[in-house]
Amino acid sequence: MATEAHGAGEPGLVFHPMDQFMVKPLFGDGAVGVFTLTNVTLWMALTVLAIIALLVMGTSRRATIPTRTQSVAELLYDFVRKMVEDVAGKDALVFFPYIMTLFLFILFANFLGLLPMAFTTTSHIAVTAVMAVMVFLTVTIVGFVKHGVGFLGLFWVSSAPLALRPVLALIEVISYFVRPVSHSIRLAGNMMAGHAVVKVFAAFAPMILISTGIGIVVTPLSILAISTIYALEVLVAFIQAYVFTILTCVYLKDALHPSH
Amino acid sequence: MEGDIVQMGAYIGAGLACMGMGGAAMGVGNVAGNFLAGALRNPSAAAGQTATLFIGIAFAEALGIFSFLVALLLMFAV
Repeated sequence: MATEAHGAGEPGLVFHPMDQFMVKPLFGDGAVGVFTLTNVTLWMALTVLAIIALLVMGTSRRATIPTRTQSVAELLYDFVRKMVEDVAGKDALVFFPYIMTLFLFILFANFLGLLPMAFTTTSHIAVTAVMAVMVFLTVTIVGFVKHGVGFLGLFWVSSAPLALRPVLALIEVISYFVRPVSHSIRLAGNMMAGHAVVKVFAAFAPMILISTGIGIVVTPLSILAISTIYALEVLVAFIQAYVFTILTCVYLKDALHPSH
Repeated sequence: MEGDIVQMGAYIGAGLACMGMGGAAMGVGNVAGNFLAGALRNPSAAAGQTATLFIGIAFAEALGIFSFLVALLLMFAV
């Protein structure tokens, strides 16, 4: 996000709170091209490896009395499966692997981004927009394949008075096309804002090194604030993954059963 | 000089976009508060409605997110 580097000579915070979101090449200082290995690549790869490690290690033994890893893997599987079934219906289970992949990727990217010095890949709109647009395209294509032109009935609210229907149809069309925008920016915005708040307080923490008088009050307060907001961020990391997945299910339900 | 005024306007606008946060806060608070009020009256029905709660919160939050989008556009795209 913060593309311009902030010089050390500038007054104000010790470091800029948005610096943590800068995309940097892993090796050397060259420009970032399409195939450059960056910190985004690294943390996405770690996310995928963590998911593979959990699921492969968890299901390799297939014990009747599950080990801890197997319990976690089964818990996640059941959680997402139940969500798809409850929200989108039984016939949406065809899309369960896709939704499970989305959920696990976002969840693990969010949690790995909470590690100190880590990079939060989901804080970039470029990353979340790809996922949201894929969901949008999937839903639209599925809707048209399943129902043909009847899918457009989604925009025609048949329960409303006839005079109101064209106005409602316009609003429905706008809200349909705004979906990928809100879907992607909700996740990116939440992750970015939370991490930036932590960094803002982190910049106040070393105040005691500058002035003992103010620092004796500010430093403990900001460390307390960092710990509290970090705990909140752990919760937000899970809730945002959950919200992204459940909205995918809601959109899928609209495509499979478009009756308003 | 003219560029400075545009820059100033963009920064003021980005700051004003923070007001959208208040609207999102009211919306999310409304959803969560009403859910709690309903859940306390009929606790047995509450567990099945948590998904609806989160969907409601997400939709209320979306409009707050748009003010964030406006701030981003003003900061980086204008």
